[in-house]
Amino acid sequence: MSEKKKLRQIAIYGKGGIGKSTTTQNTVAGLASLGKRILIIGCDPKADSTRLILHAKAQDTVMDKVRELGTVEDLELDDVCRRGYGDVMCVESGGPEPGVGCAGRGVITAINFLEEEGAYTPDLDYVFYDVLGDVVCGGFAMPIRENKAQEIYIVVSGEMMAMYAANNICKGIVKYAASGSVRLAGLICNSRNTDREADLIEALAARLGTQMIHFVPRDNQVQRAELRRMTVIEYSPEHPQAQEYRALAQKIVDNEMFIVPTPLEMEDLEDLLMEFGIMEAEDESIIGVAEGA
Amino acid sequence: MAERKPIKGITKERVEQLIEETLAVLPEKAKKKREPHLGANEPEASTCAVKSNKKVVPGVMSQRGCAYAGAKGVVWGPIRDVIHVSHGPVGCGVYSWGTRRNLMQGIPGVTSFPIDFTSDFQERDIVYGGDIKLEKLLREADGLFPLNKGLSVLSECPVGLIGDDINSVAKKMSKELDKFVIPCNCEGFRGVSQSLGHHISNDSIRDHVIGKREFKEEAGPYDIALIGDYNIGGDVWAAIPILEEIGLNVKATWTGDGEIEKIAATNTVKLNLIHCYRSMNYMCKVMEEKWGIPWIEYNFFGPTKIEESLRAIAERFDAKIKKNVEKVIKKYKPKMQAVLDEYRPRLEGKTAMLFVGGLRPRHTVGAYEDLGIKITGTGYEFAHQDDYDRTSPEMAKGTLIYDDVSEFELEKFVEELKPDMVGSGIKEKYVFQKAGVPFRQMHSWDYSGPYHGYDGFEIFARDIDMAINSPTWDLVKAPF
Repeated sequence: MSEKKKLRQIAIYGKGGIGKSTTTQNTVAGLASLGKRILIIGCDPKADSTRLILHAKAQDTVMDKVRELGTVEDLELDDVCRRGYGDVMCVESGGPEPGVGCAGRGVITAINFLEEEGAYTPDLDYVFYDVLGDVVCGGFAMPIRENKAQEIYIVVSGEMMAMYAANNICKGIVKYAASGSVRLAGLICNSRNTDREADLIEALAARLGTQMIHFVPRDNQVQRAELRRMTVIEYSPEHPQAQEYRALAQKIVDNEMFIVPTPLEMEDLEDLLMEFGIMEAEDESIIGVAEGA
Repeated sequence: MAERKPIKGITKERVEQLIEETLAVLPEKAKKKREPHLGANEPEASTCAVKSNKKVVPGVMSQRGCAYAGAKGVVWGPIRDVIHVSHGPVGCGVYSWGTRRNLMQGIPGVTSFPIDFTSDFQERDIVYGGDIKLEKLLREADGLFPLNKGLSVLSECPVGLIGDDINSVAKKMSKELDKFVIPCNCEGFRGVSQSLGHHISNDSIRDHVIGKREFKEEAGPYDIALIGDYNIGGDVWAAIPILEEIGLNVKATWTGDGEIEKIAATNTVKLNLIHCYRSMNYMCKVMEEKWGIPWIEYNFFGPTKIEESLRAIAERFDAKIKKNVEKVIKKYKPKMQAVLDEYRPRLEGKTAMLFVGGLRPRHTVGAYEDLGIKITGTGYEFAHQDDYDRTSPEMAKGTLIYDDVSEFELEKFVEELKPDMVGSGIKEKYVFQKAGVPFRQMHSWDYSGPYHGYDGFEIFARDIDMAINSPTWDLVKAPF
């Protein structure tokens, strides 16, 4: 008798440029190599969340096709779903160029379309939402509303702004956790080789009430694979960096720590940064004083 | 002007008690907010104490519209030779299509455009922006209806939310089509009522229209423009003959049955006559400041106000006009007397309550009074303090003044003051008729009109008599 599968829906958030898409695709490739069935939904108008899995930038995003066909009702799932490495299914929401229209609405339209058209097939083990870094409006919170992603991983590094962003995302999770089942599942540290980085993220995780699920060391092998539009897992499966992503994938499979985070007050966050020497204690006498004044 | 005699049974004390009783059912916070908007009239006070132009109290049923309604329905819609584009999803355009009875001349689709043009936003237009579609729409509409003299772009809410740049599209298309293409950022969520839509529309006339054309004929000393008359039921057409008869030259009408090129040339007239002060005072002030054109308010409802207004207008001109005015007043006296002889005996001593938009709650009072009807209560949907200050002197002491009155409040007031007629909007009409109270829809003249001028008063008197003295009310009894 086959065990009934439970679909796990996971959203990846984090500051823009932190490496969400790279981490997500390498982790997904790791899960695929463990035999899991996965759907990635790129929730970013840049549409680069599936490039390493498909070996190409997705040509037909949901919103591009909607624009071409006129209405979302005329769109078919096959028009926008592509199969990539490890049988991973890939969809990009797509959206406008910066400065026009409403990219957030594009995410909402795309996710509604995928749900209505039955993209979440019963054979899937995981759905991954790779979301635009800055949750600028309600549209980018769509993946964590009710009945969608229950687990959130935040990609972070030891840099100050990345940690600010992570803390802010936690505030958003608290809001949605109250009305639904979304929970924080952990911080993924994508190393930038800052001082005492692992310790710092461990400490931040503890303050947020969560865990640092994995520390992904910095390695140029990731860039070498990216140049070939591949994940490390596919490009060099025996490389130590591939091991790291497989380890992260396995930790996600085994993860049972899903919590409502306790975001830090700005002062507490700054204290933490000072404790680890990321930030100097402020000298109040210099605030707002121009050079040479 | 002599102060009106108090109306029997209407006193400050009674009205204030009624307000208190009515508001008693509201929660404390709502009550506190509503209280300043209701009051007993004090004509001798220098300013009306009733508060206005504030956000509707959440939870009450208000009759207000939105900024888009004020722009499309009121100011822009009546201009007959312009294609008015409702930019956004289809509903706003369709439900504001032909609903206001601003009559216009011309051949529909050829020289006049009482047609619904909308960009009919879909999901993709929200996500990718609607600017490209708008550009295409303007080009196509102009191609299909080539005799148009311009196009207006009236923003619906989503356009403002996604930050589309209709102004740059309008600029580009105005150049390409060599016509007026007027952007109007009148998103419905802006402001507290339709009033802001009027203001925004005035500003877009200021920025994109006024001063951009010249009249074909040479300027004359008697050139005037009618401002803020929207030709409801043909009001403009009843007003123009009188003004022409006294020797004035009506060069443009804003915006009832209006033509955009004449509106654009209005900065060369000698005097602006403003009817609806609330919706168009802004442009009168602009023309006064920039081109030194004086303006006066006038009122063509009922013979008393017509005569008063004609004489005030004559004061701005020479002896010839003054002489003409007296001649015209004399000429129509018998006709007006005949109307009064027929209807006044049947209406004398009746009372009415009004609740309309931004002008009629005070401007029509004189016409009722000509017929012997007293107004016991009046109020506006979206007026400002300067409107209420103009209202107080027109009403008897102690009468009830209500701003943005809720359905509940108005029902209670009518129930208690028992007027012989209520004059208000379509949303109130059936409520009061079902309660057995005669009613006239005073936004659209209840599918009748015109009510302006000498011709209009005859129709007004007939309609009011028909409403109040209809035998229907004695034959039916409300089962509740």
